[in-house]
Amino acid sequence: MRLSPDQLIFWHHAFLKLNATIVFTWGLMLVLTLGSLLITRKLSTDLKRARWQNFLEIIVIAIQKQIGDVGLEHPEKYIGFLGTLFLFIGTASICIVIPGYEPPTASLSTTVALALCVFVAVPFFGIKEQGLGGYLKSYVQPTVIMLPFNIISEISRTLALAVRLFGNMMSGAMIIGILLTITPFIFPIVMTTLGLLTGMVQAYIFSILAAVYIAAATRTPTRKTKPAVAA
Amino acid sequence: MDSMTIIAVASIVVAGITTGFGTMGPALAEGRAVATALSSLAQQPDASSTITRTLFVGLAMIESTAIYCFVVSMILIFANPFWNHVISQAAGK
Repeated sequence: MRLSPDQLIFWHHAFLKLNATIVFTWGLMLVLTLGSLLITRKLSTDLKRARWQNFLEIIVIAIQKQIGDVGLEHPEKYIGFLGTLFLFIGTASICIVIPGYEPPTASLSTTVALALCVFVAVPFFGIKEQGLGGYLKSYVQPTVIMLPFNIISEISRTLALAVRLFGNMMSGAMIIGILLTITPFIFPIVMTTLGLLTGMVQAYIFSILAAVYIAAATRTPTRKTKPAVAA
Repeated sequence: MDSMTIIAVASIVVAGITTGFGTMGPALAEGRAVATALSSLAQQPDASSTITRTLFVGLAMIESTAIYCFVVSMILIFANPFWNHVISQAAGK
């Protein structure tokens, strides 16, 4: 029973290995990049526009609105990173319907890489918004005693992001694999549908959590004003 | 009972218990979360998008503890380092 697509090796030579995770990741990247290039070749701003451009606009505006709802003020600065997270994990989950495909997010390497991107992006955006001193001050925010706890919470929520996505994707793939040996006719299709649903929910959760962490790092602390004396 | 048998029995039993106990807590917590979300949706239907989004984020965080237990069970059954070590020793003899 294969635990992850890392163990399906297509080609290896000395210490270089081309496994299914790498192949499917690059395949997804190719699909996303080529698709966007082809669709955005002739952009139009008047009422008559191509169907695919409309489709992309729906997606981009929806992501922008969600990022704005989370509390980030100028979503255009963050939509590159957060939108890419959502689109990559979402496409990786939807393509389960293609036979012979295994989602690369079912491998711990991919999910740890994505979580490390978030781990690096949070201080990056925090320092860009608030300067180095302002961002570091947020670590000692209620009192100095909270400093080790804030650092531990940073590390543990990165780990939680990685394991959550890995566990959801791997469990979907494994359940379908096990069911195919037991009841191969209708039930695996039902479980694949459930896997599609959880895959899209996990993509949404990953990007929303990344947005919440970035919002927490870039939010300028509001100064508490003294309450006005009632006359 | 030699060490191979002990490792096998312990891994199998603990894998089953881990999944059994690991799904009870999150299920209860998610039930309470959804119940509270439903009652607040009934009280304020126009905040439904905020409530729904917060509900999903909260459910994902609760679900991740169940996922941790599942991952540990899978490791015990399929990628058990103690079992692999003992098997390689038995194969080498």
